[in-house]
Amino acid sequence: MVNESLAHLSDLAFECALAGYIVALVCFGIEFAAHRGGVPTEQEQRSAELRASRRSGGVAVLDRGAATPPAIGRVTDDRRGTAPMWLRFGRAGVVVTVVGFAAHLLSLVTRGLAAHRVPWGNMYEFSAMICAAAVAGFLFVLLRWRTRTVGFFVMIPVVILMYVAQSVLYAAAGTLVPALHSSWLVIHVLAVSLSSGVLMLSGVASVLYLLRSRYERKLAAEREWAEHHLHGVPDAALPDAAGTPGGPEALVTQRSRLAALPSLATLDRLAYRSAIVAFPVFTFAVIAGAMWANVAWGRYWGWDPKETCAFVTWVCYAAYLHARSTAGWRGTRAAWISVLGFVSMIFNLFVINLVVSGLHSYAGLN
Amino acid sequence: MTVRDETHLSADTTLEPATAPPPPGRRRGVLPGVLAGARNIWRQLTSMRVALILLFLLALASLPGALLPQWTQNQAKTAQWVLDHPFWGPLLDRLGFFGVFGSPWYAAIYLLLFTSLVGCLLPRTWEFVGQWRQPPVATPRNLGRLPHHAELSVDGTVDEVTDRVLHGLRGWRTARRVEVPPAGGPAAAAPATSVPVAGPATPVSVVTVSAEKGYLREIGNLVFHLSLLGLLVAVAVGKLFGYEGSIIVNAGGADSGAVTGFCSSSPASYDSFRPGLAVDGTDLSPFCVQVDGFTAQYSDTGQATAFLASIRYQTGQDVASGRWQSTSLAVNDPLGIDGQRLYLLGHGYSPTFSVRFPDGQVQRRTQPFQPQDSMFTSQGAVKFTDPPGYPADRITEHQLAITGIFAPTAVVHGGIMTSSYPAATDPGVAIDVYQGDLGMEDGASQSVFAIDQDQVSSGKLVRKARTNLAPHESTTLPDGTTVTFDGYVEWVSLQTSYDPAQGWALVFAVLLLVGLMVSLLIKRRRVWYRLRGDGLGHVSVQVGGLARTDQAGYGGEFERLAALAAPDTGPAPGGRRGGARAGGPGRGRGR
Ligand code: HEM
Repeated sequence: MVNESLAHLSDLAFECALAGYIVALVCFGIEFAAHRGGVPTEQEQRSAELRASRRSGGVAVLDRGAATPPAIGRVTDDRRGTAPMWLRFGRAGVVVTVVGFAAHLLSLVTRGLAAHRVPWGNMYEFSAMICAAAVAGFLFVLLRWRTRTVGFFVMIPVVILMYVAQSVLYAAAGTLVPALHSSWLVIHVLAVSLSSGVLMLSGVASVLYLLRSRYERKLAAEREWAEHHLHGVPDAALPDAAGTPGGPEALVTQRSRLAALPSLATLDRLAYRSAIVAFPVFTFAVIAGAMWANVAWGRYWGWDPKETCAFVTWVCYAAYLHARSTAGWRGTRAAWISVLGFVSMIFNLFVINLVVSGLHSYAGLN
Repeated sequence: MTVRDETHLSADTTLEPATAPPPPGRRRGVLPGVLAGARNIWRQLTSMRVALILLFLLALASLPGALLPQWTQNQAKTAQWVLDHPFWGPLLDRLGFFGVFGSPWYAAIYLLLFTSLVGCLLPRTWEFVGQWRQPPVATPRNLGRLPHHAELSVDGTVDEVTDRVLHGLRGWRTARRVEVPPAGGPAAAAPATSVPVAGPATPVSVVTVSAEKGYLREIGNLVFHLSLLGLLVAVAVGKLFGYEGSIIVNAGGADSGAVTGFCSSSPASYDSFRPGLAVDGTDLSPFCVQVDGFTAQYSDTGQATAFLASIRYQTGQDVASGRWQSTSLAVNDPLGIDGQRLYLLGHGYSPTFSVRFPDGQVQRRTQPFQPQDSMFTSQGAVKFTDPPGYPADRITEHQLAITGIFAPTAVVHGGIMTSSYPAATDPGVAIDVYQGDLGMEDGASQSVFAIDQDQVSSGKLVRKARTNLAPHESTTLPDGTTVTFDGYVEWVSLQTSYDPAQGWALVFAVLLLVGLMVSLLIKRRRVWYRLRGDGLGHVSVQVGGLARTDQAGYGGEFERLAALAAPDTGPAPGGRRGGARAGGPGRGRGR
């Protein structure tokens, strides 16, 4: 019944994908670590300058015509005509991610073909789907916003989840229990896994937002300190961080790798955009799940632990969207709520499936 | 051209006219004071902040429902939990933590939340209707203070430029207004000096264009929130007027004394019946079901691949006339009967035992056993409460019970029987036979799957035999009673569900989803233009933009809007155009 050679190919491709993601993680990590101070993208530059001028009390009017040339144009080192090492690592990371993603897709497809069904029927497959969605989302963001520095942080949960999938959750390709023989399975689980993957992206962006906003608060404090104490020292005497305006600011940027993160505005937008893409899909998934429960268990909602936890996740994201349009809750607080939503989603995926028993025990582990 | 984008940095940019401050409080007696207080509470309750906090509380309050066992989910597990935690168990039970979704505090949270929702949305609806009727808001005096701002200077007349802008704003709601410059203002003074040079005097003109789009978003938001309300009502109606009943019946084997069907005429005909709050069970619409057979298919590894029960049923007048309709019932595929739904939920095995009592009479029972693992090693008890041939007062000394294991594919390992495959390829039972007082007389309800161990430990119920039997094998007790394992039938568990508001719940869920998508995908944008001609063929244009929702991301779009004023706007705005340079390098990444 199961095509063994295809199943084997799928396992192999999965390993390739995991290997690719690990290498990408390392590459992005090297780039991130080396990339201190970083070259801000043009918007980030603008946003930084705006913030700077705001803090000094003036109203910024930036003349975009005179703005510095875009970051992408500057990243190559003109003098030697070659890219600096860390940049090459970053690019290699992208390439490896793409290759890993291709292997990942191959793994999913062959798994489906091997078992003659959709490849999202147990937790192993489901986790793989989530990772694929997250990586796809990341690649899309990369294409549009060039925010490669988030790559390192996206790859962390992806690699962990893929590794757990392979080592703990692995289930050989096989048929499904009758409870899962339903076209609702196809719809519901697909929607859940895709939205979870994209929400993972959103959660990562929110975590980074929190990190970065802490960093910026520190930055502001230190600049204030520096302005007080280093008064009179000529700018040239201070270490100059690449790409950031020189001066006292260089003090912190020199020390913190967080400066390489995209700006708060970019992170916030990334978190928000991915959330509003994923949230309706997740809502749809919950509704489809309820419809499935209605044909399978005789009620559309029964507060089964899994259902309850999905509800909690949903309410968290609703709260996040509210927070983003409530004065005083934007920014850090909204980011915290988004992180909570993310935590509750992961909790639902692992703890509820593996520890708390309910009707949704399809993990395929017993 | 100068473009400013502070979207993210400004915490709260609104250009809405500030809501009028509440009238200064006049202290006049108690009643107005109370009213003012109430109004204040209401205002608080319907604020976004409180809605947010309530949403948060709702999520928090739901958590114990997922983390602690719940009575409605699993009674046995909950009872065990309470026993295992002598301090927390009873305390949390009293506080409703094992029935979160029916607890008063949970109800308080969602009722407050929905009150807040109504109180928040009704005014918003009115406001929206008002906005809908009126033309877009007049252009603010100082466009430079908006989060998005651009200035450019183009050739042409004000009218030309205005037309071009309006042409470019198709799909927006627009209003064109002529502004009268304040007398003596610089706008009036400057061109006045240049008029003579231009020849035929063109009057100084200042025209503004206000444009807004994305009204549908507001509708989507309203539809979404109101559907939430509708969904709540539909759920509540279902909980009030619906019910669920479940029952285990044997599939075939009626000749062996097995129960193979039921009629849903009253709650008592179910093993368990969970009525809605407004259901007393007197007017269930009756139907009868007979289960004739059940087939399950398994893969080599013992994983089930398909379940199918063949059943007959009758409803309404058919019950009187005795006509039956045949159909089959599968998992995930309920049968609709008279607005109720009949589900196949689970299955298992019922071994059949016959007991020949010392007086020669034979009694036969088929009793469902409970599956313990995925291979259907099943556990249960068969009770013979009326042994024949004894006087009524001696019956309780001679009652008989068979307890133990049924295995569809029996393997005995270290004296323990388990099943190695879920299909009945080599069935066997491992049983204990007890004689004595089953303890059924004291009125306490007993599990149908076990005997009362207290009766055993008190010596009133005594084990007389322990043996493993294959079909048709028997064992004989010391008093001459023989117990024969005759074989088995399969049982199915069926559930009847009735929820009158189910369809409505679906309708509201779909509306909710549509409303959500509309409100998240459509963006509300405002843009204003102030065009000031100098009478010499130059127009200076100020543009201001405000994103009412999702501020981030308006930047690129705004630049295209600003560029509408410039001539020669090709299909790819953001490129080169006369007079003004908008759209800096690398713009394409800006979204
Ligand atoms: C029952 C609980 C509620 C849930 C699950 C919920 C959910 C949501 C969601 C998901 C959004 C985002 C969609 C959008 O931006 O249009 C939203 C927006 C909104 N909600 Fe709620 N909501 C609830 C209660 C409330 C309450 C009580 C209020 C009033 C105080 C409220 C006022 C709003 C407003 C004004 C928006 C639009 C925000 C904007 O324009 O960006 N909601 N709500």
